[in-house]
Amino acid sequence: MATGTTPTTPVTEASGGRAHGRAAIAARHLRTDRWWVPPLVTALGLGAFIAYATWRAFANSDYYAAPYVSPFYSPCLASNCTSMKGGADWPLFGDWWGLSPALLVLVFPLGFRLTCYYYRKAYYRGIWWSPPACAVAEPHAKYTGETRFPLILQNVHRYFFYLALIVAGILTYDAVLGFRDPSGDWGHMGLGTVVLLVNIALIWAYTVSCHSCRHVIGGKLRHFSKHPVRYRLWNRVGALTARHMLLAWSSLISVGVADLYVYLVASGAFDDPRFF
Amino acid sequence: MSSYTAHFKVWRGDADGGGLQDFQVEVNDGEVVLDIIHRLQATQASDLAVRWNCKAGKCGSCSAEVNGHPRLMCMTRMSVFRRDETVTVTPMRTFPVIRDLVTDVSFNYTKAREVPAFVPPKGVAAGEYRMAQQDVERSQEFRKCIECFLCQNTCHVVRDHEENKEAFAGPRFLMRIAELDMHPLDAAEETGLNRAASAQEDHGLGYCNITKCCTDVCPENIHITDNALIPLKERAVDRKYDPLVWLGSKIRRRGQ
Ligand code: SF4
Ligand code: SF4
Ligand code: FES
Ligand code: FES
Repeated sequence: MATGTTPTTPVTEASGGRAHGRAAIAARHLRTDRWWVPPLVTALGLGAFIAYATWRAFANSDYYAAPYVSPFYSPCLASNCTSMKGGADWPLFGDWWGLSPALLVLVFPLGFRLTCYYYRKAYYRGIWWSPPACAVAEPHAKYTGETRFPLILQNVHRYFFYLALIVAGILTYDAVLGFRDPSGDWGHMGLGTVVLLVNIALIWAYTVSCHSCRHVIGGKLRHFSKHPVRYRLWNRVGALTARHMLLAWSSLISVGVADLYVYLVASGAFDDPRFF
Repeated sequence: MSSYTAHFKVWRGDADGGGLQDFQVEVNDGEVVLDIIHRLQATQASDLAVRWNCKAGKCGSCSAEVNGHPRLMCMTRMSVFRRDETVTVTPMRTFPVIRDLVTDVSFNYTKAREVPAFVPPKGVAAGEYRMAQQDVERSQEFRKCIECFLCQNTCHVVRDHEENKEAFAGPRFLMRIAELDMHPLDAAEETGLNRAASAQEDHGLGYCNITKCCTDVCPENIHITDNALIPLKERAVDRKYDPLVWLGSKIRRRGQ
């Protein structure tokens, strides 16, 4: 700012009506546009997905229709898993686990998305209203942000990113298995194969566009000129990171659709159209 | 040329109180909100206080709130409003008001002084600095800042919580820390200052919940959150929460 800014009014706590010498404006905000639409849409979208995912995660049924497995149930780590031919059903947890095996693995994508920089923005705005929209006052009397427990734990996002790479790897394997027919022979392709492929492509795009990924790939460097390869990768990842919100939503929807598709086929409500 | 009469509400007053005052005022094609404020000054309210300078969106003086949106008055075209729409102009909320649309932004200068300056590298004289373009690119984006302080004004951390002003530097100055931390020649680390860790410990980086309002209002379209605040948070994680880095520093300390 170029102009002289020596305050001419002493800042006193006792100033009329409004503390700290701020302009006396009583309204919480003066926005005239429909600022409440984005937080509302966000809250509804997240709520719908959570409701659907909770139902499916606890259902513990109709998650495998050879050769397709629902992304909610892969890898399947308990003994009570449906057997999947060559699939990622490794009973690491043995038979003491009596609940739905989805609960064992959903922790990872859940943690990844919960601590994601985009989803944080989405639920801080849409659900917690901190703030609901820009220049619209939040309803909370106190605010400490991510400075203390529990929100300081958001800093673990990076480690969920590493775990998410493993999960994405396994889902890629599942998608490849979609090229086998129900009896296990290669050279098959059905609508389900396409659904799983689109889903895994979006999951990878979302995972790679992660801000932590951008940092690890090259963002932490001081001298790009000394690391030309990482610099190029950092630029590529950065282009995706700029679309992180879009990828967050599209991959969330594709995961839901992939699960729903498997559910429909497994429960017999729908026959998987076969291309070859 | 077509002109019409618009309904304006302008906040008038000072630290002792004030309120919105109604005006009917002429608007012509191609004008911006600042033009209308000037017309009010010239025709109806000669003592209306407003700070401005360049009228080109480059000096950062004319920050205010138009229909509740923090904006530069000189960059807000009248054509974005319907002709029958009331246009409400208020001073920035987060800072103490001096008079009418003029606020006391010295909070920002205090915060600016709290950020340790660039530390020159040893053994390289001024004038001998050589830097590759790709190494300075990131910092250069942040240098576009015109210090309008709209981001500081909009950030809910201080806008809604006066008591956080003490602990929180605000987006503009956290971005300044990021700029120096990414600077290829800054030698702060050699003097024992880790800028990223200090952003979290001393300048309130943890208060930012990356809700991006600073980015939304920045008239220079700087990607404050994506390119400065999130990278700075990631750098702080490197320093403070990475178990490998932590273990490494323990072992090294023991060896000393
Ligand atoms: S992203 Fe952070 S600094 Fe920017 S307005 Fe939001 S809370 Fe404030
Ligand atoms: S970062 Fe943008 S909004 Fe903030 S002071 Fe600079 S120009 Fe203004
Ligand atoms: S997954 Fe969104 S920032 Fe990492
Ligand atoms: S008068 Fe300079 S930015 Fe508006």
